[in-house]
Amino acid sequence: MDLNFTPEEEAFRAEVRSFLKDSLSTELATRVRNGEELGKADLEGWHATLQSRGWLAVTWPKEYGGPGWNAVQRHIFDEECAMANTPRIVPFGLTMLGPVLIKFGTEKQKADILPRILDGSDWWCQGYSEPGAGSDLASLKTRAIREGDDYIINGQKTWTTLGQYADKIFCLVRTSTEGKRQEGISFVLVDIDTPGIEVRPIKLIEGGYEVNEVFFSDVRVPVSNLVGVENEGWTIAKFLLTHERTGIAGVGASTQALHELKALARKLKRRGKPLIEDPLFAARIAEAEIDLEALRMTNLRVLVDASGGAASNTIASMLKIKGTVIRQNLDDLARRALGPAAAPFPLDALAGNLAVAPQEAAASAASYFNNRKLSIFGGSNEIQRNIIAKDIFGA
Amino acid sequence: MNFNQTDDRRMISDSLRRYLADQYPVEHRIKIAYDAPFHDPKKWGELAELGILGALVSEDQGGFGGEGFDITVVFEEFGRTLCPEPMLGNLMGLRLYAGLGVQDRVDAIIAGTARTALAVFEADAFTDTSEITTSAAKAGENWTLSGRKSLVYGAGAADTLLVAARTPAGKIGLFEIGASAADIHAYSMIDGGGAAEVGLDNVTAACLSEDAREVIEAALDAGRLALCAEAVGAMDVLKEMTKDYLMQRQQFGRPIATFQALQHRLVDLSIEIEQARSITIHAAGTLDTPGRALAIAKAKNLIGRAGKLVAEEAVQMHGGIGMTWEYAGSHYAKRLTMLDAQLGDTEDQLRRVMELMAA
Repeated sequence: MDLNFTPEEEAFRAEVRSFLKDSLSTELATRVRNGEELGKADLEGWHATLQSRGWLAVTWPKEYGGPGWNAVQRHIFDEECAMANTPRIVPFGLTMLGPVLIKFGTEKQKADILPRILDGSDWWCQGYSEPGAGSDLASLKTRAIREGDDYIINGQKTWTTLGQYADKIFCLVRTSTEGKRQEGISFVLVDIDTPGIEVRPIKLIEGGYEVNEVFFSDVRVPVSNLVGVENEGWTIAKFLLTHERTGIAGVGASTQALHELKALARKLKRRGKPLIEDPLFAARIAEAEIDLEALRMTNLRVLVDASGGAASNTIASMLKIKGTVIRQNLDDLARRALGPAAAPFPLDALAGNLAVAPQEAAASAASYFNNRKLSIFGGSNEIQRNIIAKDIFGA
Repeated sequence: MNFNQTDDRRMISDSLRRYLADQYPVEHRIKIAYDAPFHDPKKWGELAELGILGALVSEDQGGFGGEGFDITVVFEEFGRTLCPEPMLGNLMGLRLYAGLGVQDRVDAIIAGTARTALAVFEADAFTDTSEITTSAAKAGENWTLSGRKSLVYGAGAADTLLVAARTPAGKIGLFEIGASAADIHAYSMIDGGGAAEVGLDNVTAACLSEDAREVIEAALDAGRLALCAEAVGAMDVLKEMTKDYLMQRQQFGRPIATFQALQHRLVDLSIEIEQARSITIHAAGTLDTPGRALAIAKAKNLIGRAGKLVAEEAVQMHGGIGMTWEYAGSHYAKRLTMLDAQLGDTEDQLRRVMELMAA
């Protein structure tokens, strides 16, 4: 047992910290901290900054333009980014499609697509869920019928995050209705401005726009856009979902959220005393901190064990469940710390400098509502329990 | 970073696991845990020979371990078999003797020829050493103790007692008495193993330290860490028993393990057990650092919550059989539930975390 980071890892942390200090503007960090919705230019700008240092595609091997980091390095990078309040890395091209192409793509697909993800030429989005296929993803109905060298796609995808900014979408489509449902699915790449595609925004519970519906009517896509083998897309879908879950413990982000929560509870006054001195509220914070401490160690146990490889299904699912519940609890506490001052609609509160709540906490209620998604997406927490149960009971 | 045990610790854990499985089969354990003297005295010397006691103190104090992970390795195995030997009291006493340089006692305990117990808490002071009322009086060079200590783990099996008492200067001192000098009323606990009420009526004592609060807190934290590890071992076993039961028990024409409602509950136990294991590792790594008190309070708080959940859910998922004395699972559930109250429960630990957070 040795719970310390190696001197090399500490040096790496210092290197990351110093890079972030030099390259993240205070203005941008403040907007991230305040929970403001970032636009396309903000996110692309941050991607470019990271890419200039070679640190954008954190999960990619060196030969494809990634930094070639191991799991512990990625963890350190993630922690430092969270503490510095950087924008997040938009995952669809970088942490989802990239690893899929590296594992399943042709040489031509890798050569054509990966560099354009790195330099920001293409913004990708994800076409998985459908109105009738959420947790039961394999029941998806969007149909791709082969016609010569093309597929003709008809159907609908939904919950497409940041699809409004996208140039391209990777989709799970049904290429066969024979045999088991899982055996008729294919993984296809589609230009979003192909005729027949319509993207419609969905307004979310807190008032923000981050997800969309995507409609396909007679959309013609060359068969060369198929990734892997026709009707074997389910294997890719599962591979991608495991990658999606691995970072989802969100230890870095929750650590930062806890730090902000404590600062907030020191700043706010209740009955003439700082909120953090109210034993009932302090107890809730303390309990959240204890749960996060354990999660941090669970995450490290997994990282060190997996040493580079993707985590096993069961552990990734455990981290997803516990990580999302802890994050949601922290958001809940920040919202409740404000009491009625959490109520002003965030756009009004931020734009109008209402100053009912501290500026950095004005979007607390919005974040709380928005992050209810955490236990729903990426495979709901109930689906994660099914995955773990399968492992425990061997069924 | 490395989460593997050293070869030495793995050897201790392997040999202890084999020994305990062999010597404390569940029927035997249930019998000795409730009949005076509430443990199996014949086995103590063998445990000493296995090096279990020596593992609890450092090399320069006469042992060959003494780090947090040495303690957790031993107690995790104790938890797996619900071993009722009075190891907790001896761990805390041994670390106090070692810390204060009482070498002949350290050597005798490590050799298995002497046993001790730590008498700190009282009926009105179960968690906070500052509330101790047992008093130490000094006449010339001689000290005497008066008061009453409660729930002294392993006192009935001890040769000496280490007693925390308030000195005339108002400090918490640490004193040693011969066990026969005190009025000891030993009993078994509901989850097995022995504790005692200790009456002190002008009992002659040797003073080991007139200002011992710090060293006593450190020994108590070592005890808390041990309890965390014991709970992890017990939780692992009880979870496995529950899983096996769900897979074997048939209702409505199929194993009840096929019902999602039960599957998800066992999954939730598994997640909490991993969290419990993680925070125990974290606590073990801080035993000899300035972060000790906070890390151990965090660990024992989480262990208290996880242990109760695992205990209650295991009984519930077993149904009637989980309610029976005959079934081993019920004894694990009792141990996991009652362990929380030892050396400060979930709420006490949470209070410590809050105090340390605010500081």
